[in-house]
Amino acid sequence: MTNPTAMQVPPREGDPEITPETVADHGLTPEEYEKVLKIMGRDPTFTELGVFSAMWSEHCGYKNSKRLLRLLPTQAPWVIQGPGENAGVIDVGDGYALAFKIESHNHPSAVEPYQGAATGVGGILRDIFTMGARPVAVLDSLRFGDLDNGRVRYLFSGVVNGVGDYGNCVGIPNVGGEVQFDRGYEGNPIVNAMCLGLMRHEELITAAATGNGAPLMAVGARTGRDGIHGATFASEELSEDSDESSRPQVQVGDPFTEKLLLEASLELIASGAISGIQDMGAAGITSSASEMAGRGGSGVELEMTAVPVREEGMTPYEILLSESQERMLVVAHPGREDEVREILEKWELEAAVIGQVTDDGKFRILEDGNVVGDIPALPLTDGCPTYEREGIESGEVIALREMDLTEHMTAEGDLTKDFLLLLRSPNVASKRWIYEQYDTTVRTGTAVRPGGDSGVIRIRGTSRAIAATTDCNGRLVYLEPRTGAMAAVAEAARNLVCVGALPTAITNNLNFGNPLKTHIYYQLREAVLGMREACSAFETPVTGGNVSLFNETDGKAIYPTPVIGMVGVIDDVSKIIRHAFNTPGDDIVLLGTNSGELGGSEYLYATSKLVAGHPPSVDLEAERLLQQAVLKMNHEEVLNSAHDCSEGGLAATLAECALGNGETPLGVTVEVDEDLAPIVSLFGESHGRIIVSTSPENTERVLALAALYDVPAKRIGTVTEMASGFSIKVRSGSVQASMTDLAEAYFGSLPNIMDAPTDSEA
Amino acid sequence: MKVAVITFPGSNCDYDLFKAAQQVGGDAKFIWHRERGLENYDAVLLPGGFSYGDYLRAGAIARMSPIMEDVIAFAKTGRPVLGICNGFQILCESGLLPGALMHNISLKFESKDVMLRVDRTDTMFTKDYKTGQVLRIPIAHGEGNYGADNETLKALEDQGRVVFRYVDRDGELSDEANPNGSWNNIAGITNATGNVLGMMPHPERAMEKLLGSTDGLALFTSMVGSMQPS
Repeated sequence: MTNPTAMQVPPREGDPEITPETVADHGLTPEEYEKVLKIMGRDPTFTELGVFSAMWSEHCGYKNSKRLLRLLPTQAPWVIQGPGENAGVIDVGDGYALAFKIESHNHPSAVEPYQGAATGVGGILRDIFTMGARPVAVLDSLRFGDLDNGRVRYLFSGVVNGVGDYGNCVGIPNVGGEVQFDRGYEGNPIVNAMCLGLMRHEELITAAATGNGAPLMAVGARTGRDGIHGATFASEELSEDSDESSRPQVQVGDPFTEKLLLEASLELIASGAISGIQDMGAAGITSSASEMAGRGGSGVELEMTAVPVREEGMTPYEILLSESQERMLVVAHPGREDEVREILEKWELEAAVIGQVTDDGKFRILEDGNVVGDIPALPLTDGCPTYEREGIESGEVIALREMDLTEHMTAEGDLTKDFLLLLRSPNVASKRWIYEQYDTTVRTGTAVRPGGDSGVIRIRGTSRAIAATTDCNGRLVYLEPRTGAMAAVAEAARNLVCVGALPTAITNNLNFGNPLKTHIYYQLREAVLGMREACSAFETPVTGGNVSLFNETDGKAIYPTPVIGMVGVIDDVSKIIRHAFNTPGDDIVLLGTNSGELGGSEYLYATSKLVAGHPPSVDLEAERLLQQAVLKMNHEEVLNSAHDCSEGGLAATLAECALGNGETPLGVTVEVDEDLAPIVSLFGESHGRIIVSTSPENTERVLALAALYDVPAKRIGTVTEMASGFSIKVRSGSVQASMTDLAEAYFGSLPNIMDAPTDSEA
Repeated sequence: MKVAVITFPGSNCDYDLFKAAQQVGGDAKFIWHRERGLENYDAVLLPGGFSYGDYLRAGAIARMSPIMEDVIAFAKTGRPVLGICNGFQILCESGLLPGALMHNISLKFESKDVMLRVDRTDTMFTKDYKTGQVLRIPIAHGEGNYGADNETLKALEDQGRVVFRYVDRDGELSDEANPNGSWNNIAGITNATGNVLGMMPHPERAMEKLLGSTDGLALFTSMVGSMQPS
C-alpha cells in the first residue's frame, strides 16, 4: 500500500466553497495547504478540509513539539507501552501492569470551567480503560491567577467542582495533584488531569484497526453538535471575546454515561469480541478512525448515515468533527457484532456498525453510499508537517533572572510575621478545601490520601502499591527553563521516595504559550532538554503525555509549565511512610543542603509579588543519591516520616510536618546553623532536601546511611508535644509561634478566601 | 451466608461492599438491578454511588428498578438490608426508611473522615460495638443532609431508631462535627423492625489499618453474626 492516491470526489451539495479564507479559518497555513493538495492530488472537499484541519492541529498532530518530544528517553526494561498509544503502560510486578497518562483541558476550562474540567477528567479516564486497565486513581494539576481576582475565584471553584463531580460520580478516587496561584496564569488557567489504571498483563489491548472487512462500531453516547473543532480551538490563542464565542466548542460531560461506558468497555475487552478500541476524544471520529487505521497500517471506510446522532440533519463534516463525550470506536471481530451490541445493551448503551476496516490505505467517508471524502490515511496521520523553530530567550526574562535580590535576602523584619504570611499563601496553605470535594477513598485502595507528598494506591491481593505525584513550579521554568524542568522531575522523584516508592516512569503535559514566538519556542526546547537530562539521570522514561500550546490571552503567555506526572512502585505496603511527625521525642534530620538561593521563591512572591532571580540550581547526581539514600533508610525501617522541602522552604516544610492533617499537631524545636541570611535559611527553596524524623536510637544509622550515599545530613532538632509550640532558630534570627496560630494560618487560609462572601467582580 | 450486593447503573461502591462482605466470611454475589429473586439470600446490600447519575434526585430513579420490589419483599421477611450512601438514599426514596437526604448544608461534596457515635448496640448491625463507642469512618457525598417532618423525627428518637450520629472526637454532638447539616446529627437510622439500616458514612471503607481505620469491621461482623442461614 504505497501512497494510494485520492479518488475524485465531487463537492457535496450545500457545503461551502474552499477559498484561501476557509483554509485560514481551518488553522492551516498556505504551505500546509500546499501539502494537502500534494497528498490529495486535487482540491479537497469541505469535509476533507475539516479532517485535515483537525488532524494537523497542534492538539492532534503535535506539529510544533514532535521533533522535540523525540529527544525524550522512552525506553526501559519495565516499559510495556511507550508513547503513541492511548496511554503508556509499565510493569509493576506480580503480573500487574499500570496504564497512566496526563492530559490537559486548559482552553475549555478558561471558557467554561466546570464542563472544561469535568470533560478533562472524562477524557483521561477513557484513555486508560481503552488500554484494558481499570482506572484506580486520578490526580489533578491546576494553575490559576491570584485569588484576589473574582473571576479567578470563579474559575478555580468551577474547575474544582468539575474535577470533583466527574470523578466522584464515576467512582475513581482522587489521590493527589497540585495547584499554584500566580498572576502569570490569570487569563489561562491550567487544568491537567492524570489517571492511573491497573490490569493484568494479558488484559492489555491496543488501538489498531486490522483485519480487512472487520466491522467498525461506534459505542456509547450519540454524536451531537457539541465540541466541533475543539482540537483546533485548543490550538489557538484566546482573546477577550473567546469567552462567549467559544462556548459551543466546549464539550459537555455526562459522568453517568462514562461509568456505564467504562464497565461496558472492560466487559467488551474481556469478552474477546473486539480487537481494538479507542476513545473518540479530540477530533472525534476523525482522529480515532484515522489513528487506528494508521497504527494498523490499514484503511477505514465510514458510513455517516449509520452513525447514531442526537439530531437530524448533521452533515458529514459535523459528524466527523464532533467532540461529543463518552463515545468509543471499536473494531469488532467479524461475526461478533451482536455480542458487542448485547454487552452495550446490558449497560443501557448503544452500539452501531458505522463502517469497516479496509486494505486500501484510505480514510474514506460515505454518505448514503456516496463517497464524500477519500484521503490517503497514512499521510493524514503521519504526514502532518512538523516544525523546528528558532528559539531565542526573551530579554525581559534575562533581566528578571539577573535581578539583584540582595535587598530581599537581607531585609530586616519580623520573621515570624513573614512565616505566617507564607503559610497563609494559597500556594503553601493546606489544599484541604479542594480535596475534601473529591472522593479520595472509593474503591478501598487509597493508602495515602491527598495532602501528603504522593498519593498511594495498594494493589489488592499483593503486598505492593503504586504511588503517583504531579509537579512543576512554572516560575522556575519561566526564569530558567532547563533548570526549572529538571527541578520538576527532581521534585516529583523526591515526592515519591518520601512515601517509600521507587520512581519508575513519567507522563508529561507540556503547557506553553504560542510556539511561533521565538521566546516561547526557546522555553519549550530548553524545558524538553532539561526533562531529558533529569529523566535519563533518574531512569524514569517518558511513556506518553500531552502537549498544550497557545496558552495565551491577548498575547500574554502563561509561565512555561511542563507538568510531570510521575509514578513509582512500593514493594511492601507495610513500609509506606508519610510526611507528618508522629512521635514526640523523635529527632529531626535534614538531608541535603541549602545552597543559598532565593530566586523564584514563594517568599518573594508572597512578600513582593516578585518572580525573579536565579532559580535554585539542580544537581541531578546529588538528587539521585538522595533518592537512593531515603529508599534505603526506609527499607531498613529507620524513618518515622519523610517530607520533601519545596515551596516555602525549610520553615514551611517543618510546619507541614508538625501540623500533619491537623488532627494531632506536634511541636517542633529546630536550630539550623548556616552561613546564610535568616530569610534565605528559613524560606529559600534549594532543591535536593528532605526532612525526616527518626527515633533517637536510629539517628546514628540514618546519618551513617546518608554518609554512605554522600548525602549531607544533620540532626537539626526534635519533635515535641504540641504545647511546646513551633520554634526554628537560625544563625541570626528565629521563628516562634504556637501550633494554634500555625494551624489557623495553614488550614484557615483557603476556606477564608473561598467561602467568604465574594465581591461583585465574580 | 449468602449476601446480595445490588448493582444499579451508576453504583460505584458495589465492589467495595462485595469485598467487605467477603472479608467477614460472606458469600457475596453481585445482582444486576434488572435481575429478580432474592429469596435465597441472607442479607441484601445497597451500595453507594450515583445510580442513574443521581439525575432528578439521588436514588429517585433507582427505586423504580425491577429489583427494588424484591428488596422490599426481602425486608418484610426480617432479614438484614443495609444501604450505604446512595443505598441509604434509595432506601428512603423507596419508602423502606422514612425521611430524605438533602443537599449538604455547605452545598459542596464532602469527603473526609468523620467521627460517629454508636447509639444502639441492640441491632443486627451493631451488636459487636459498645454503646457510645466513637468510630472513625469516611464520608463522601453531596446529598447527605438527613431530614424528616417533626412527627417522623420524634418517632425515630422515641423508638431509638437512630443508630449512628456525627460527633466530635470525644463523642459529643456539635455543629462542627456535623458534616452535612443532618437533623439531630443523624448519620444512620433503622426501620421500625430494626432490620433495615441506612447510613451515609462508608463502613466498608474502614476495614483495614492500611486504609486508615478498622472501625467499620464490627458492622459487618455484627450483620453476619445475626444472619440466619437460609
